[in-house]
Amino acid sequence: MKILVGVKRVVDYNVRVQVKPDGSGVALDGVKMSVNPFDEIAVEEALRLREAGKATEVVVVSIGPVAAQEQLRTALAMGADRAILVESAEACQSLTVARVFAKLVEKEQAGLVILGKQAIDDDAGQTPQMLAALLGCAQASYASKVEVNDNSMRVTQEVDAGLQTIDVDLPAVISADLRLNEPRYVKLPDIMKAKKKPMDTLSLADLGVEPAAALKVVKTEAPAARGGGRKVASAEELVKELKNKGLL
Amino acid sequence: MSKVLIIGEQTGGVLGQAVGRVVACAKELNASEVVVALFGAGDLASAADAAAALDGVTRVVTVDNPANDHPLAALVAPQVVALAQQGGYSHVLGSNSSFGKDTLPRVAALLGVPQVTDIMLVLGERSFKRPTYAGNAIVTVEVAGDGVVCGTVRSASYPAVGNGDKAPVEAVSLDVALPSHTRYISQETSKSDRPDLQSAPKVVSGGRGVGSAENFKIIFSFADKIGAAVGASRAAVDAGFVPNEMQVGQTGKIIAPGLYVAVGISGAIQHLAGIKDAGTIVAINKDEEAPIFEVADLGLVGDLFQLLPELEKLV
Repeated sequence: MKILVGVKRVVDYNVRVQVKPDGSGVALDGVKMSVNPFDEIAVEEALRLREAGKATEVVVVSIGPVAAQEQLRTALAMGADRAILVESAEACQSLTVARVFAKLVEKEQAGLVILGKQAIDDDAGQTPQMLAALLGCAQASYASKVEVNDNSMRVTQEVDAGLQTIDVDLPAVISADLRLNEPRYVKLPDIMKAKKKPMDTLSLADLGVEPAAALKVVKTEAPAARGGGRKVASAEELVKELKNKGLL
Repeated sequence: MSKVLIIGEQTGGVLGQAVGRVVACAKELNASEVVVALFGAGDLASAADAAAALDGVTRVVTVDNPANDHPLAALVAPQVVALAQQGGYSHVLGSNSSFGKDTLPRVAALLGVPQVTDIMLVLGERSFKRPTYAGNAIVTVEVAGDGVVCGTVRSASYPAVGNGDKAPVEAVSLDVALPSHTRYISQETSKSDRPDLQSAPKVVSGGRGVGSAENFKIIFSFADKIGAAVGASRAAVDAGFVPNEMQVGQTGKIIAPGLYVAVGISGAIQHLAGIKDAGTIVAINKDEEAPIFEVADLGLVGDLFQLLPELEKLV
């Protein structure tokens, strides 16, 4: 079984983004970019399935600018077999990304797709579910544990009420949650080896994908700041303050 | 005028607390109709009554089907699409619960339209504000085209509507082929008599500083004394101190209690994303430089193991 895994280039987890004063977006010049953390977990899970003999090949896919090659190389250094960059200078939104993956699933005859449950830039959390809808297949979102049996998978999902377990037939789309695994560290020799692994570049047109109707972002602004707080000196003072506010 | 279909949630006949919040959002859409759809198997009457009583709801439809016993996104989505198309709705909304976030994108893709995640403000029938970058950049988006507008509503941004005139309830049966590729197996829920984290007016959360599952007792004890729900930071959940459903933050629950007490939580941006709408934030941490103090209205620097028992005695 071949597994497709999505790898998005996003602003690093530890960066506190700044909104541009003209409201046109967030400042990205010179900001550290990384693999979306949920996608790193998705890559790790695919590698573990291959290492357990449940999959034969792990293909990582990024849809974005040429610079996303860097994130694909990271995934290759982790152990993915090959990479596909679907180059698009314009940022693609969830429905278009789902259409690209749907084409690639068909082209590659993939048996499983693992994506991060959300990207930490736009926080949309839509692509896995949209892809499953387009493929007419099962989705198992927010996975914290997966187990592959012959033609199905048992997936434990992190839901609001706790943990929910479902069975899904393959092919399926899994979305990775935080506690699915802890991604491996990449070692230097692996980085060298990754440089020789194959990476194809395609365009939306090569795949016959028309960009879908999208959300037009008309303004970006900083959130309303919370009023400055203060420190209190003791537990007594804290309780007094909270009682004064009617909170206790 | 818009016509809004809301995917309502219910568990064992009890209406989900978020439905009233989604209705509050729908009312801002210049709506001529606000219809709540409930999916279940044979036990929908009391949830339907509760939904019908919500102010602004014009009709409730119930879809009773054994396949909806444990509603799953892959099975509910085609039913929602059928309702949306038959009824000529302009909007389909759900809450930003795990079920809502799992289902709405599937509905949107089946309808061939984009989806708006975490609506925090309605500016027009197709124009909304929503958070990105863990709430550090708020974007105004317009839904292009003239297709159905699909969205999840950020519960923390909308207080639930109260009760109003009773709306009619209608049972419908849908002629939709449901897929067999997804099957419910089981659910594990920690039983608790404490208030619900998502809707409680007071919440006490513990972080890495609490140190262990055993030590978390001190958090529970204080929370019980003040009648609060209990939450946790990602670090505390990852470390196995408490189960996943207690996580508050960008990828956990986003809450807006009147009082939020963060104990032993440093305040990573991902955690702050989950508590920005709290009325009063109190931080208790031994590190006076912890970023949580930048957003806290009241901060107390010190050892939580001394301070919490002291606070418990004082309240």
